[in-house]
Amino acid sequence: MPKIKYIEHNGKEHEVDVPAGWSVMEGAVKNLIPGIDADCGGACACATCHVYVDPAWTAKMPPKQDMEETMLDFAQELEPTSRLSCQIKVTPELDGLVVRMPKSQH
Amino acid sequence: MSERIVIIGAGQAGAQAVATLRAEGFAGSIAMVGDEPFAPYQRPPLSKAYLSGAFERERLFLKPDAFYAETKCELILGVGAKSIDRSRRFVLLSDGRTLAYDKLLIATGSRVRRIAVPGADLKGIHYLRGIADVDALRPAFTKGARLAVVGGGYIGLEVAAVAAKHGLDVTIFESLDRVMARAVSPQVSAFFEDVHRTAGVRFLMNTTVEAFKGREKLATIRAGGATHAADIALVGIGIVPNVEIAKDAGLACTDGLVVNHFAETDDPAIFAAGDCTRHTGREGDQIRLESVQNAIDQAKHAALAMVGKHTPYSEVPWFWSDQYDLKLQIAGLAKHGDKIVVRGAPASRKFAAFHLRAGRVAAVEAVNAAPEYIVGRKLIADRAHVPPERLADTTIPMKNIV
Repeated sequence: MPKIKYIEHNGKEHEVDVPAGWSVMEGAVKNLIPGIDADCGGACACATCHVYVDPAWTAKMPPKQDMEETMLDFAQELEPTSRLSCQIKVTPELDGLVVRMPKSQH
Repeated sequence: MSERIVIIGAGQAGAQAVATLRAEGFAGSIAMVGDEPFAPYQRPPLSKAYLSGAFERERLFLKPDAFYAETKCELILGVGAKSIDRSRRFVLLSDGRTLAYDKLLIATGSRVRRIAVPGADLKGIHYLRGIADVDALRPAFTKGARLAVVGGGYIGLEVAAVAAKHGLDVTIFESLDRVMARAVSPQVSAFFEDVHRTAGVRFLMNTTVEAFKGREKLATIRAGGATHAADIALVGIGIVPNVEIAKDAGLACTDGLVVNHFAETDDPAIFAAGDCTRHTGREGDQIRLESVQNAIDQAKHAALAMVGKHTPYSEVPWFWSDQYDLKLQIAGLAKHGDKIVVRGAPASRKFAAFHLRAGRVAAVEAVNAAPEYIVGRKLIADRAHVPPERLADTTIPMKNIV
């Protein structure tokens, strides 16, 4: 099962196994990792699952769909590495992925 | 002795309340009772990804089991709450147990409205509210099966979309003259009707179902004076708030358990949140919201009030629906008489309908149009005045609309 490392805004690290097919958001929520709210449960409707993808992983990221792109436009503290974690599907190629959480989702 | 909180209802609001109570440092005991045999789960995917088979059951759960261990929340599942004894402060459960409380949260949610016509108990007639409903419906979703959807609301349309994709022969019976009439503007209704028609879905508008007929199982539907063949029916004609336990306990209920801005009932020890409540909305009118947003936000305010940190609930309501490749995002509440301003062309499958009330942005329905939705939600929160011609002008990006 792919391993994903989540780093909270305060630096606390969590490395967990996430089943392939699930989203990076689900990996955090189901492992009680704080910093991702995901109010809508992954429907790309609320923009409360914002993460920064470690630059080393940029090339392996699935491309953003229009909806994610525009939802992100309105996220706080947007960076070039910003993604909505509900839209990143976990695959074996993403084994070892590192994402960081923003200060706040709202 | 430490304080005891009991939560009746193990849904989205209940789970949120547990999280907020602990995040706010509540150190007493928490027990949550739910009549379904499941820990709190997400209902929105039921009529979408779970029905289509894209989402396995495990992914529906809002929290992992470890959450309830970590928050020391005692989950009592598959057991109903029967009554509340307010003077002695305990809840009687259907298995005869009693749970004493110092503070009680009623988050009983809602149930489907049943259709009251002859033949309504025939095999093959389905509703969609819980995991068990979808598990019962899915085996009947076979290619070529004739599905009658009764009610052109969110549930009916979402099921119709999944069914059309699976090759079912779908007919929607709607008693009004357009779909989602209660939730969206006529322009958005017309757009979604077109999309469904293109996918092969038939509509019978202004048509009320009069009876279901069949020997052992559903065979035909009598509606609008005609007979229509059907193998299965999905009835989605709204929900009813679960207020009986509150009503029996003497709490004020008028189409929903009445709460104030802090999610408090008229009993200082009892709070309520989610679909079962009725509260004063941002516009000052009495509303009952059926949504994830209301469950989450109201439960947060209820939990805050329970720990003495009262903050008024004034979040803008929001909703969403997924049908085919379309995402409909709604903020605010539409009202009859609103001025509708359409931004973008529906034919482009990317547009929004803004509702202006006394010049202020009061609601927005956005189809594949996230900027309109996000900015719109903020404009509604700010009660912003925006000239209609500006809203309609797609050469002005939403970011610069005010």
